[in-house]
Amino acid sequence: MFSHDSGLSVNIYTVSDLTAYIRALMESNENLMDIWVSGEISNLSQPKSGHVYFTLKDINASLRCVIWREQAWRLKGALRDGMSVEAHGYISVYEQGGQYQLYVDGLRAAGEGLLYQEFLRLKAALEAEGLFDEERKRPIPRYPRRIGIVTSPTGAALQDMLNTLRGRYPLAEVVIAPATMQGDDAPPQIVRAIEALNRMVKPDVILVARGGGSLEDLWAFNDERVVRAVAASQVPVISGVGHETDFTLTDFAADLRAPTPTGAAVLAVPNVSDLAAELNGWVLRLQQSALETLNRSAMALNEKAHRLERQSPLWRVRQDRQYLDNLAQRLQLHIRHDLQNRGAALDHIGERLTGLDPAHILRRGYALVKDSAGSLISSAKQVKLGQDIAVQLSDGTLDAQVRQVKPEEG
Amino acid sequence: MSEKTKTVDRMSYEEALQELEEILEALEGEARGLDQTMDLYERGRALVQHCQGLLEQADLKVRQLDQNDEIQDI
Repeated sequence: MFSHDSGLSVNIYTVSDLTAYIRALMESNENLMDIWVSGEISNLSQPKSGHVYFTLKDINASLRCVIWREQAWRLKGALRDGMSVEAHGYISVYEQGGQYQLYVDGLRAAGEGLLYQEFLRLKAALEAEGLFDEERKRPIPRYPRRIGIVTSPTGAALQDMLNTLRGRYPLAEVVIAPATMQGDDAPPQIVRAIEALNRMVKPDVILVARGGGSLEDLWAFNDERVVRAVAASQVPVISGVGHETDFTLTDFAADLRAPTPTGAAVLAVPNVSDLAAELNGWVLRLQQSALETLNRSAMALNEKAHRLERQSPLWRVRQDRQYLDNLAQRLQLHIRHDLQNRGAALDHIGERLTGLDPAHILRRGYALVKDSAGSLISSAKQVKLGQDIAVQLSDGTLDAQVRQVKPEEG
Repeated sequence: MSEKTKTVDRMSYEEALQELEEILEALEGEARGLDQTMDLYERGRALVQHCQGLLEQADLKVRQLDQNDEIQDI
């Protein structure tokens, strides 16, 4: 198409061909395919199709714009005529209308781009200074007694935080340092509030918080003065700026960052119900350890009592008594044994004595001869002729007279 | 140790809990005399009761700094 070497004939194009050519021309230009355009919205039209049509204008020119439905639903705020915006997209041609237009895939409020660049610059600078360093982060006390809150006294954020603190940890005392949280007055007021809390109240933790809002609304939290005040605070700071996704510079400088005011209050305090359970655990441990000590003491006492018992006079007496009993038993045993022995010996002697009994001998036919005085005569030489003697037999005595003495030789 | 003599009633939750922790460490540590053990136990019980009381009776106090940075009840 549009070749110039088609001979002599004059080239005549259809509108469609030309329009397609222009479109191709535009679409081949890289600059036009990725471009930011700033201007004011007018002739805004949002038909039911979901696509959005408007014209971007400045003093001298206007540009037709389209946002396809697929992109349109991602727009954050509502669009309205007269709004200054920066639109991103590519330039192409609407062939049926014979119009070139901007096919928008991104849109932001005017100045946001500059703000963002400023945000990045300041962030880099403060980061380089070390203001956001992890080592700077201070621990949040677990049981804060005093909690400073920098927020708007009229905002819903304050009530959210107070309700959360009341529910979770009513032991604390809250001191509110009121400050406007948006607009040009916000940064100096927030700084003043943080400094006043540090100077006058010395709380255990400071919450700097506000509810969600547009980027503009939250801009105070990217203000260098605020960021520096948060970093310089002697008291640890928890930020709770209602902006789920993006971080503000205050978030980076804070010791702890919560996505919402309520979140900040949650991070600041423990929960009483957890604490109550914890206390019960303490009681158990306390009882356990005291019991163990008691048991140990009781055992030691028992042992000592036992030892003492063994030193007591009574124990001695009992010991001695037992010893005595023992001795007595042994003695008795010994004596019985001895007596038995002796008894046996006596029997033996008795038997022997029986053998020697004169009566016993007399019964075998022997006789005892005694003089008149009753003395035993055991020799023939003891008697004289005519002497009276008594002859004792086993069953009687004979009185006799010696008639003859015949000593035996030998 | 001078902290130990502080009246339990006047202690903050944090102070009470901290002393409670010390007491437990002491009780669970090396053996000690019965008197001392019972004293520590009694003190520990008092601290727990105090903490429980604080939890039950607590009512969030809210005050505000005025223009002169002075704390005012609201």
